[in-house]
This record gives sequence, C-alpha cells and structure tokens, in this order.
Amino acid sequence: MDVKSAIRSPKAFVYLAVFVLLLPLANFLSPYQVMLLEAGITLGISALGFNLLLRYTGLLSFGHGALFAVGAYTVGMMYKYFPALYSIEILIPASIIVSMIVAGIFGYICVRHTFIFFAIITMAVSMVIFTLLLKFYHFTGGSDGIHIELPTMLGTSYTGIKRFEFLSGPYYYFLICIFAVCVIVMQGIVNSPFGKTLQSIRDNEVRAEMVGIRVKRYRWYAFLVSGIFTGLGGALYSFINGHVTPELAEWIFSGEIVFMTLLGGFMIFEGPIIGAILFTYLQLYLTSWTEYWQFAMGVILILLVLLLPQGISGGVADLYRKLKKSKTREIS
Amino acid sequence: MEYVLIYILNGLYFTSFVFLTSLGLNIILGVMGILNLAHGALYAIGAFVAAWLIGSMFAGMSVLLILAGGLVAAIGIAGACGLLMEISFIRPMYNRTLEYQLLITFGAMLAVEGLIKMIWGGQSYYASAPFVSMGSIEIVGSVYPVYFIFAMVLSFATGFGLWLLLSKTRLGIMLRAISMDREMAQAMGIRIKWFNTLAFALGAGLAGLAGALIIPTTPATLGIGMDPLIRAFIVVVIGGLGSLRGALLGSLIVGETRSFGVAYFPEIELPLLFLVAVVILVVKPEGLFGSK
Repeated sequence: MDVKSAIRSPKAFVYLAVFVLLLPLANFLSPYQVMLLEAGITLGISALGFNLLLRYTGLLSFGHGALFAVGAYTVGMMYKYFPALYSIEILIPASIIVSMIVAGIFGYICVRHTFIFFAIITMAVSMVIFTLLLKFYHFTGGSDGIHIELPTMLGTSYTGIKRFEFLSGPYYYFLICIFAVCVIVMQGIVNSPFGKTLQSIRDNEVRAEMVGIRVKRYRWYAFLVSGIFTGLGGALYSFINGHVTPELAEWIFSGEIVFMTLLGGFMIFEGPIIGAILFTYLQLYLTSWTEYWQFAMGVILILLVLLLPQGISGGVADLYRKLKKSKTREIS
Repeated sequence: MEYVLIYILNGLYFTSFVFLTSLGLNIILGVMGILNLAHGALYAIGAFVAAWLIGSMFAGMSVLLILAGGLVAAIGIAGACGLLMEISFIRPMYNRTLEYQLLITFGAMLAVEGLIKMIWGGQSYYASAPFVSMGSIEIVGSVYPVYFIFAMVLSFATGFGLWLLLSKTRLGIMLRAISMDREMAQAMGIRIKWFNTLAFALGAGLAGLAGALIIPTTPATLGIGMDPLIRAFIVVVIGGLGSLRGALLGSLIVGETRSFGVAYFPEIELPLLFLVAVVILVVKPEGLFGSK
C-alpha cells in the first residue's frame, strides 16, 4: 500500500475520526479517568509492539515486560543521574535508544528459537533483567524502584504543578500525538515489504529461507522494532504512574501484556490497543470491587480463551459478519 | 574452605526441590506439549495444605506420622486440582495454538493463587515441628539438620521411582510413546485423552509434594510458588525437553549455583543463575540432553 492509497482507504478516515475525538476528551473526563485512559494508551503502544512479533512474525514473547521496564527505567535513571537533561524531548529518544540496544541483545539470544522455546527463553532473559533491577539497588533503587518527577516539556518546567494537572493538560496532547505517530508507523511497517517478509517467515519458515530471506536476521529486526515500541510505551507509562518498580520486568507483567493483546484480539491490527485500554479499566475496577481480583482476573482469562478466542475485536467482527449474513438471507 | 562440603550439601538440598518441581513440569511439557504456568500455584497448594495440616493437627501425635500425612494430603489435593484443571479447561487446548495454551495456564495460575488467598487468607502458616524434632547431626565439624537429608533422600527416591515407572512399566512406555509422537501413539490404540489427564495429575502431585516438603523450613506465604516455578523453567531449559537425566543435571546446576551463589556473591545469585542458563542455551540451544 503506497501513501496515496493509504490516505484514501476508509481506515484512514476512521483513524482521523478517532484522533479528532480523542483530542478534546481530556476536557470532558475527570482527571482520574484521563489518567486511566493514558495508562491504557501507553500499554496499547507496547502491546502494538508485542503484536508485531506475535501476529506478524509468529513468535510469542513472554518477556516483553522487561523491555517495558527498560523504557521506564531509562526515564528514572536519567532523572537520577542526569537531572540536567530531564526534559521529555531528550527522554523519549533516550528511552528509544536504550530499549533498542537492550532489545538487540535480548533478541540476539532469543531469535534462535521458535515456538515454546522462544517463550521460555524470553521469559528467562526477562528474569535476568528483573533480577538485575532488583539486586543492583545502589543503581536502580531495588524493590523500592525510582520515583519519576514531572519532566520539562518544550522548555517549560512543571515542577510546581500537580501530577494530574500535568497529565490531563499538556501531557495528554503530547501522548495522543505520539500514539498517533506510533499507530501510523506500525501500520506502515506491517504493510511494508519488511512486514510482508516477516509474515512470509511466519507462514512458512523453510520456504522463506529458500526464497533467500535471512530468517533469523529478519526475526531479529522484528524483535528490535517490537522492543522499541514496547520500551517507548514503558517510558510514556512511567510519567503517568510516577513510579517505576522492578515488577514491570517480572514475567507476570509480561503475561499481562499477552493477556491484553489476546483480550483485544491479536489477529486484528488495532486489537492490542483496544485490549490494553480495556485491560486497564478491567484491572482497576476489579481491584476496587473485590479483594479477590486476582481470582476474578484468572477466571475471566480462562473464559476468554475458551469462549472468545478471537478476542473482543474478533468477536465483534464475527458478530457483525453473522448479522450481515442473516440480513442478506432475510432479503433474499 | 571448611564450609565447602556444607555448601555442596546445601546445594544438593536445593537441588532436590528444584528437581521435584521440574519433574512435574517436564512430564506435563513432554507428554502434552503444554508449558504449565500454573505449576507454581500447584506447588503453593501443596505448601499450604501441608502447613495447615502439620501446623494445626500437631497435638501429641508422632511428628513423622503428621509429616507423612501432610505430604500425602498435599500430593493428593494438588493432584486432584491438576485433574480438575485438565478435565475442565486444559483439555480443549491441545489443538489450539501456543499463545492460548500459555494464556490459559496463566489464567489458571491467577485463579489458583486467588483461590489460595480466599481459603487461607493472606497470612503466613508456620509448621516447623518436623524440622525441629528431627534434630541435627554432625558432619565434619559442622552441624547439619537431619530434615535436609530426609528431604534429599525422599526427592531422589521419588525421582528414581518415576524413572522406574517411565522406563520399566507398560504405563511409562505408553507415556513416553505419547511424548515422542502423539498421532502415532493414538494410531497404535493408546487412549491419549486419559493419559493426558493422568500425566497432568501426576505432574501436579509432584509439584504439591515439592511444596509440602519445603514447609518445615519455610512458612507458607502467598506467592510461595513463584520462585520455584522460575527455577524449574530454567532446569527444563538447561536440561532439555522431556529428559529425566537432563532434569537431574539441570537441577544440580541450579541447586549448586544457588548454594554457592548465596554463600559467595549473594547479590547476584539469581542473575548468575539466569546467565548460566542463557549461556547454555546460546551454546547448545536444545539443552544439555534435549533432542532437536
């Protein structure tokens, strides 16, 4: 799909409409709701990166939480060691570069494996990062984590202002813009020759190799791109949460990334974003509703896999198709 | 240097737990091809059942009897949980793709951990009576608890028993046939459905036993199964899929690394372990005894 036809496609209008609808939303919602939405969006960016591996490369990573943590910790470390550079224009590129480097090493070890071994080894490597964050507490703050101050943005300092004001004010617009860029870039990657190459590897590794595609190298590229998106999501998330802890790198959180992606429906490009936003709300309402939210979450997850394997978006698409079919039958 | 023997023994003690946990994980992975993320939760069930029984029923009865009761009950209840899990929601997963298989066991893990919280509450359960009453012996100038030796012997005996079961009995041969080639085994008339259930219950029971065995030395707390699960993963990764020898050697590496790591560089004990695993995987991707 070239640029011209991409702009003309109906999807572009939907995206534009969503973007325009999202922009003024911060004025209507309560600061708390804005915060939730923002957390959902940052997780959505990460899940989008995760899905490049799962949907388009056919690799299930169970260690993306660590890459998320790398992005988030980059922000925290910058504040701790280079407070002079603590402005968002530097922090975002810095976290992108750091997560790219870490994802490069991470991916280099992992892409030699596929299927279940890929899942296990990503989990093992992510636990290396988790334990390093936990044990080198002189640098990383250990299990207490690092507090994230509000950064300066475009030369403006926000030190006096309350966090929720920052979040529902300037940061919201910044985040929405980054989010739009991420979706467009990922859409471009997926439809580019590079994306098609990845899909060919997913569909038939041997055939792809025979055609002359360097399978492992392309998997590694995919891991890099995926890691950058996930790390970026982590960096953006850190400002919202105001605190980063090693738990982000633990495999439980990696599992939650898998959960949100499948909740939204990983076969559809936008599915992970929908899933991430839904997951944020679901988790929050469950934790405030019952002490046993973990149990409820597990049961929901099991039911999801058993009853709605295509995720929410897949389920809706199915329903739509069925309704359409029955309607045409009535007419004929 | 005089403590080296003690460190080696401690390493063997850690090894025995990791071995038991990874055996269960390995059987489930080998026979059914499912990586059971809920394995740690089953371990926790074993731990809580044992702690609760040993801690509350301990009144005048012989400690050994109570310990045996606790262990058997833990195996039974964890095994029953595994059985129920397999029948209710793991069974439809066999011909689904990997992400669903992993996610459903992840969900099971959350649900079982939540269930434990519901039944036993958030507090810790202590049951150190068997550990205390067994006393300690002297080994080359150092005092060493008898319970550690008991746990080691029991674990390795269980491993040996399992090896006998898998290599000498008809049942074991059938299980191995399934793990080698599911379709062919089915074509030869093996009822795969029930073997899956059996293997899952067996693996769950082993996890329960490991959890129960650690109770006299550690209190049962929420999330007790997380660390053993991760270590068992490493064993499976190091040792290779479905290999008993690999599980033993992998456990040995994990256990001794832990013992010496805690003694000499406590800060980086766990990262060190993961690094060992990663290095082994980079050098030999299929694991030490795995077949490609």
